[in-house]
Amino acid sequence: MNRYPTWLNALVLVILLTGVLFALPNIYGSAPAVQLADVDAKALSEAQLDSYLRTLQNDGITPEAAFIKDDRAVIRFNSVEEQQRAGEQLRARYGSEANVALTLAPRLPAWVRSLGLNPMSLGLDLRGGVYVLLEVDMTTAIENRMRSYEQDIDDRLREARIRHRVELRDGIITVRLTSAEDIGQARRIVAEADPDLLIGDGADGRSLNVRMTETQIKERQDFAIEQNMTTLRNRVDQLGVAEPLVQRQGVDRIVVQLPGVQDPTELEKILTATATLEFRLVDQAGDLPGSRRYMGRDDEPSQMLKREVIASGDEIIDASSGFDQDGQPAVHITLDSAGGERMLATTRDNVGNLMSTVFIEWREETVQRGGVAEKRKVKTEEIINSATIRGVFKNRFQITGLTPLEARDLAVLLRAGALAAPVYKVDERTIGPSLGQDNIDRGFLAIQIGFLAVIIFMAAYYRWFGMIANLALLSNLVFIVAVLSMLGASLTLPGIAGIVLTVGMAVDANVLIFERIREEIRDGASPQAAINSGYEKALSSIADANITTLIAAVVLLALGTGPIKGFAITLMIGILTSMFTAIVGTRSIVNLVFGGRKITSVPV
Amino acid sequence: MRLLKHKTTIDFLGVTRRKIALLISMLFIITSIVSLFTHEQPLEFGIDFTGGILLEVGYPETANLETIRNNLADAGFDDAQVQRFGADTDVLVRLPPQDRNPDELREELRTTVAAGTSGVELRRVEFVSPQVGKELTERGGLAMIIALLLIFVYVMVRFQWKFAAGAVAALVHDVIVTVGFFSIFRFPFDLTVVAAVLAVIGYSLNDTVVAFDRIRENFFKLRGATAEEAMNTSINEMLARTLITGVTTLLVLVALLLLGGESIAPFSIALIVGIVVGTYSSIYTASATALLLGVNAQDLLEPVKDPDLIDDLP
Repeated sequence: MNRYPTWLNALVLVILLTGVLFALPNIYGSAPAVQLADVDAKALSEAQLDSYLRTLQNDGITPEAAFIKDDRAVIRFNSVEEQQRAGEQLRARYGSEANVALTLAPRLPAWVRSLGLNPMSLGLDLRGGVYVLLEVDMTTAIENRMRSYEQDIDDRLREARIRHRVELRDGIITVRLTSAEDIGQARRIVAEADPDLLIGDGADGRSLNVRMTETQIKERQDFAIEQNMTTLRNRVDQLGVAEPLVQRQGVDRIVVQLPGVQDPTELEKILTATATLEFRLVDQAGDLPGSRRYMGRDDEPSQMLKREVIASGDEIIDASSGFDQDGQPAVHITLDSAGGERMLATTRDNVGNLMSTVFIEWREETVQRGGVAEKRKVKTEEIINSATIRGVFKNRFQITGLTPLEARDLAVLLRAGALAAPVYKVDERTIGPSLGQDNIDRGFLAIQIGFLAVIIFMAAYYRWFGMIANLALLSNLVFIVAVLSMLGASLTLPGIAGIVLTVGMAVDANVLIFERIREEIRDGASPQAAINSGYEKALSSIADANITTLIAAVVLLALGTGPIKGFAITLMIGILTSMFTAIVGTRSIVNLVFGGRKITSVPV
Repeated sequence: MRLLKHKTTIDFLGVTRRKIALLISMLFIITSIVSLFTHEQPLEFGIDFTGGILLEVGYPETANLETIRNNLADAGFDDAQVQRFGADTDVLVRLPPQDRNPDELREELRTTVAAGTSGVELRRVEFVSPQVGKELTERGGLAMIIALLLIFVYVMVRFQWKFAAGAVAALVHDVIVTVGFFSIFRFPFDLTVVAAVLAVIGYSLNDTVVAFDRIRENFFKLRGATAEEAMNTSINEMLARTLITGVTTLLVLVALLLLGGESIAPFSIALIVGIVVGTYSSIYTASATALLLGVNAQDLLEPVKDPDLIDDLP
C-alpha cells in the first residue's frame, strides 16, 4: 500500500528537474551591459561583434562577456563605469549603423545561454522606466478610409458620365444624382468600388447612402492598431532602448514600456509623430503644371513629381520583401481596392515611366516666438525610392531595382513607416531606478520572511509531514519562477504579492490532506490506510477549492489591466503548480518514506 | 502539535448564535454602506481611478511638508495634496488633472518640489487621464459581477442552488465589508486593492466550498441528523483546517504588510481584512444562508442520479 509505480516517481523527478532548469537562469543576477541593434533591424554578425570588441580593447575596456542574441550584440561589463565608457565609445564609432543602448543583462553562463533559457524579466515598477498609454484616433482612421471611398466613388461616377454630387458626413457618403433614372447604374458602380459596402436608398428616390459594414470598420480598426504598433516598435528601436514593449490594450489603445528611460519628453515626441506614404509619378520632363521637386532620403536622387497622388500609405494593406520572377530582389506591396483601382488606371498609361515612393511626416515642434512657446506641425517629404513601372498592375505590385537589403528595408519602412491614424497620450508613468530597486528588495524580503514563517509553522504543527509539505512549498516556488521564465512574463510588484499569497494558500491542500489523515487515525484506521484515504478523500475538496479560486484569477486576467494582470498571472500559475506539488509531489515523498512498510504511527 | 482539542463540538449554527451572527453581519454591512454613501468621496480613490498627477519625491533629509505645500501653491498648484509616504524623507504629491501643457507641467513640478534643497529625487511620476479611471472602475465592477456569476454556476453544478446562493451571499458580504473597511478608515483604494478584493473572493470561496464539501459528505454519512446538526458537525470537523490555512495565509500577508513597502500596503490590508471576514462568513453567512433556504440531504441526492456530475472531477 502507498507505493507509487517507478514511472510515476520518475515523472515527478523529471518534472521537478525541468522546473529547476527553467528557474536556474534567475539565480545569476544581472550585470551592466551595452546592447547594439542594427538601425535597420538586420541581424548583427559575429564579425561586427569582433570589431566592436576590438574598439573596446583599444580603449582598454575588457568586457566580461560578449555574444549575439536575437540579432543583437550584447556586451557585458563588470562595472557601471566600464559600461558607460564603452557605451560612449561604441556610440561615437558605430552610432550611425547601430542603436546603442545601456541596459542590464542577465549574468548567464554560456551553457545556460546556449540552452536558450532566460530569466523572468522585471516589470517597470521593479526596474524603473517609462510607461506610456497611447490612444489611437479611430474616428480619423475610419474617416480617412471613407474619404478615399468618397474620392473613388466620385471618380467612377464621373467616368460613367453620371451627373451627381457626393458628400461625406458622419461616416456616411451620400450620393445625390441629378436624374432618378441613373440610380440603378449608380448603385452598380458604387458596388464596384467595394462590393462589401452597405448601399441604402435615400428617401427622395435619387440618392444613395453608402456606409462601411461593422466588419469593415472592425477590420479597419484592427489594421490601424496593428500598423501603428509596428510603427511604434520601429520608432522605439531608434531610441536605443533595450527590451522595449509595445502591446495592444483593448480596442483602441497601445501600451509602450521603455525600461531604463528616465525622460519621457523626448520619447513622447517621437512616439506620437504622424507619418504617411504616397506614390506619385515622376514628371520626367519636369514641365507639367503642379509638379514639384521632392528631395531624396540618403543617397536617393531628388525628382520632379506629378501633382496626382496614386495611392497613399493608409491604402497599403501589406508590404513584404522577396524576389520577382527573374530572381530580382523586390518589395511586394498590397493596396486596398480603391488604391488598387487608381494604381491600375495609372500604370495602364505609364509603363516604362518612373514612380516614386514619398515618405511624409509631421513633427510637432515647439518654437519660441516673441518669448512665447508655440507648437506647430512641421511637414517633411522625402523620396525613399523611385522605380520603373514594368507592366500594368492593380492592388498587388512590386518595386524592383533594389539590392536584397534595400528591398527588405523598404518593406520594413512601408509596413512600419506610417502611423495609420494619429495617436494621443492617455497615461504616462515614470518610475525612478531607485524606487524599482527598493520595490525588489522589499518584495523579496517579504517573500523570504513570509515563507520562513510558514515553513516553521508547518514543521512545528505537522512534524515530518509538515517538512514534506515544506519541500512541496519550496518546489512550488521554483515552479512559479520556472513558468514565469518560460512564458517570458515579467514580474511586477503585484506579481510578487501574488506569489506571497500563493505561498500562504498553497499549504491549504496539504492542511486538508493532513487534517484528514489525523481524522482517519482518530476514527481507528491503520497508519497506511489513514494516509491513503486521507489523500483520497481530501482530493475533491482540494479540486473544488482550487477551481473556484482559479475562476476568480481567470476573470482578473481577462478583465484586468496592468498591475491586476501581473497579480492574476502569478496567482493562476501558483494555483496550478501548487496542485501538483501539494498532491502528487508530497504523495510521492510520503510513499517513498512511509509506503510499503510496517509503521506503527503516522508522524503528522 | 494541535491548535484545538481532538474534537470540537461548538454549536456554530444554533438558533441564538445564528441570530447574533446575523446581527453582527447586518451591523457590518450597514456601517459599510452608510460610510460609502455618506462620505462625499465613498473611497479614497487613487489616481488610477480619479485621474490626475502623482509624484513620489525622495528628499535627502526629513521633508518639510508645509514648505513643499507653500512652494506648490506659489507655483499655482494650490489644489495639491502633500503627504508623507512611508519614510520621513519620502513625500507623495497628488494633483487633480491639469490643463497645462504636459511637458512644461512636468518640468515645473520638478523644479517646484525641488526648490530650496539639493539632491531631490523624483522616484515616481504618473500622469493619468480621468477617462482611463472611469473605464477601470467599470471594468473592476464588471470583473466582480462576472466572477460572482461564474462561481454561482460552478457551485450550483457541483452542489445545488441553495449552496450556490449561500456561497454568493457570503462573497457579497465579504466584498461589502472589505470595501466598507476602506471607506470607514479612509485607506487609499487603488487598483491593487481591486485585485485584492477579487483574491478575497477566491479565498473566502475556497473556505466555503471546503465546508460545503464536508457538509455534503456528512449529509450522507449522518443519515438521521437534521441539516443543522450535519452542518454543525461539518464546520467543527473543518475548524482546524480553516484556522490553520487562515493562520499561514495571514503570516505571509503580515510579512508583506510590514516589509513590502508603502505602495503594496493597501493591497495587504485588503487581503488581511478580507481573509478574516471571509473565514467568519464561510461559517456563518454561507452555511446559515443555505440553512435559511431550507437545504437538506434530499437536495443533494438528486445529482447522484447523474453520476457524471459528481465523478467528472477527482
